[in-house]
Amino acid sequence: MKDMSEGYVTADGRKIGGVLMEMKNITLRFGGVVAIKDISFDIREGEIRAIIGPNGAGKSSMLNVISGFYIPSEGEVFYKGSKRPQMRPYQVAQQGIARTFQNIALFEGMTVLDNIMTGRLTNMKSNLFQQALWYGKANEEEMANREKVERVIDFLEIQSIRKTPVGRLPYGLKKRVELARALAAEPSLLLLDEPMAGMNVEEKEDMSRFILDVNDEFGTTIALIEHDMGVVMDLSDRVVVMDYGKKIGDGTPDEVRNNQDVIDAYLGVAHD
Amino acid sequence: MIYREAGEYKTSYDADSRTFPIKFDRMGYYTAMAVAFLVVPFIINDYWASAVAVPFLIYVIAALGLNILTGFAGQVSLGTGGFMAVGAYACYKLMTGFPEVSIFFHVLIAGGVTAIVGVLFGLPSLRIKGFYLAVATLAAQFFLVWLFNKVPWFYNHSASGQINAPERTVFGIAVTGPNTDAWAKYLFCLIFVVVLAWIARNLTRGSVGRKWMAIRDMDIAAEIIGVNPLMAKLTAFAVSSFFVGVAGALFFSVYLGAVEVGEAFGIQKSFLVLFMIIIGGLGSIFGAFAGAAFMVLLPVLLKNILVGGLGWPTDLAAHLEFMIVGGLIVAFLIVEPHGLAQLWRLAKEKLRLWPFPH
Repeated sequence: MKDMSEGYVTADGRKIGGVLMEMKNITLRFGGVVAIKDISFDIREGEIRAIIGPNGAGKSSMLNVISGFYIPSEGEVFYKGSKRPQMRPYQVAQQGIARTFQNIALFEGMTVLDNIMTGRLTNMKSNLFQQALWYGKANEEEMANREKVERVIDFLEIQSIRKTPVGRLPYGLKKRVELARALAAEPSLLLLDEPMAGMNVEEKEDMSRFILDVNDEFGTTIALIEHDMGVVMDLSDRVVVMDYGKKIGDGTPDEVRNNQDVIDAYLGVAHD
Repeated sequence: MIYREAGEYKTSYDADSRTFPIKFDRMGYYTAMAVAFLVVPFIINDYWASAVAVPFLIYVIAALGLNILTGFAGQVSLGTGGFMAVGAYACYKLMTGFPEVSIFFHVLIAGGVTAIVGVLFGLPSLRIKGFYLAVATLAAQFFLVWLFNKVPWFYNHSASGQINAPERTVFGIAVTGPNTDAWAKYLFCLIFVVVLAWIARNLTRGSVGRKWMAIRDMDIAAEIIGVNPLMAKLTAFAVSSFFVGVAGALFFSVYLGAVEVGEAFGIQKSFLVLFMIIIGGLGSIFGAFAGAAFMVLLPVLLKNILVGGLGWPTDLAAHLEFMIVGGLIVAFLIVEPHGLAQLWRLAKEKLRLWPFPH
C-alpha cells in the first residue's frame, strides 16, 4: 500500500486529510471468545471508511470499541492525535463521536423533534437551576440548538413528522430520524451501524444520498458497517475487511475486491 | 368549533415551544388561574378546604414529584410516603428549632433536606432497574418510617410520639396551627403548587427533561449520545424528592397539623401517589393534576352521593366506596392505559375537527 501519511485525493477529487482515529492492535475478548484479534487501521479526516465482513466477523464489536461501549482487552485507540484514555460512552460522545445503531435505538416515547434535540445534549450547558426557573442561558440555548436541529430536519427532509411521536413512524423514517439525531451532534466522526439494513431499493438510494451529502456538505468523517456490497463499493473511499475477528483486507474498494483472502472469506474455502 | 390551531401561525421557535401553543388553551389556563386566585379564596369554607382543596393541592405536588421520577425518568419508586415523612419531620424540626424564620422557608428547606435523602436512596438506581429498584425504594419507605418512630429526637421527645405543628404566620396571617382560616391554607398551598408546576414544566421541556426521558426510553442509547446516566438519575431523584418533601411538609404543617408517622406516611401513601400518576398519565404534568383530582375528589363525591344523596348508612357507604373506586381504577386502566392525560389529548384532537370531521 502506498504511503498516505499526508492524506490523499480520492478518485472524485475530494481531499482526504490526516489520521483522525487510529486503532492500534485492538484485541477484544469476552471470556474465552475472541471477538477481535489484533486489528489495526486508521480513519482519516473527511473520508468514508467502510468496515465489512461476513456475519459474526466482529464489525459491530469494532464499532462498539470506537464508541466506547466496549473497552478493548488489548491495544490502543488514538483520537485526534492523542491516545484516548479509558472512558465511558458519554465521554466519548462529548469528544465528538456520534453513532447510529443496527437495531434502531430511538427514544420511542418522545417526538421526532425531541429525539433529535437529544443529539444536542452535549452542547447544552445551562444548569438545573437555570432550567428550573427558565432564566439566563436556558431559553437562549434552547432556541439556538433548536435552530441547528431544524437545519438537520431540513437537510434530511423530515419536516412533516417533526412533532410525531417516534413510536408511530415506519421503519425507514426511524432510520432517518436516528441519522438526524447523530448528525445534530455535529460530530467529527460519525459511526453508522448498518444504515441500510432492511430497506428497499428506494430507501437505500435515499440513505446513500444522505450519507454522501453529509460527507460532502459538512465534511464529516464517516465510518460505516454495511452488508450491501454495491452500496459499500460505491460510497466508501477505503474499506476494512474482517473475518473471524481478524483483518483480512484494507484498501480502496478496487484493491479489496481483488484481494484473494476477501474473496475466500465471502465465497468460502475450507478453514483449517 | 372554537378549539382550532388553524390560522395560528408561529414565526419563532420560541412561540412554537410554548406550554400552551394554542390560543384557546392559553385562555383556559388564564381563566383557571384567575378563578383559583381571585374567586376560590373568597368562597371557600372549612369543609371544602379540608376535604377537597388542600389535600388535592398537596397531592398534586407529590404526584408531580413522583411523575418526574417515574413518568419522566423511568425510575419506579415506592418510597413516596417515606420521603413525604422526611419533608414533614424536617419541617417540624425547623419550625420548632428556628421559630423566627418564616414557615415559607421551612417548607422549602424541608424539600431540600428530602432531596438529599432522596439522592442517597437513589444511589442503588445506578445498578438496578425496574421492579428491583421498586423493592429498594420500598426499603427506604420502611426504614424512614421506622427511623422517625424510633429516634425520639425527631419528635422532640414528645410523650405521644406525635409531631404537632405550632402556629406560624405569613405576613401576620396564620397558615399553620388550629386557628388557621380555610382560605389561608388554600392560598398558601396554591402558591406552592403553581410555582412547582411551573418549575416541573420548565425542567421537562429543556435539556434536563430530555436527559430523563432518554434514560427512561433506552438507557444504553442515552449514554452513547452523551447523557451521563449517573447525573441524570440522581438529578431526577433530587428534584422528585424535593417536590415530595415539600408535599410532605405541607401535608403535616398545613393540612393535618398533627402527625403520627406510620399512619400518615405509611406504605399506603406511596401507593396512593403512584395510583395518581398512573391514572393521571405517566410523563405528563397535566396527568399529575388529573390523577390527584381523581383520587381525592372521587371518594368525596361518592360519599356525598351515597350518604348524603341516597341516605345509606356510613359504614356501608365507606365499604362500597372502596369497591367502586377500585373497580373504576381497573376499568379505567383497561380503557385507557395511558391515563387521563391521554384521554384529554385524544379529546383535544377530536375537538379540532368537531363538528365537521371531514
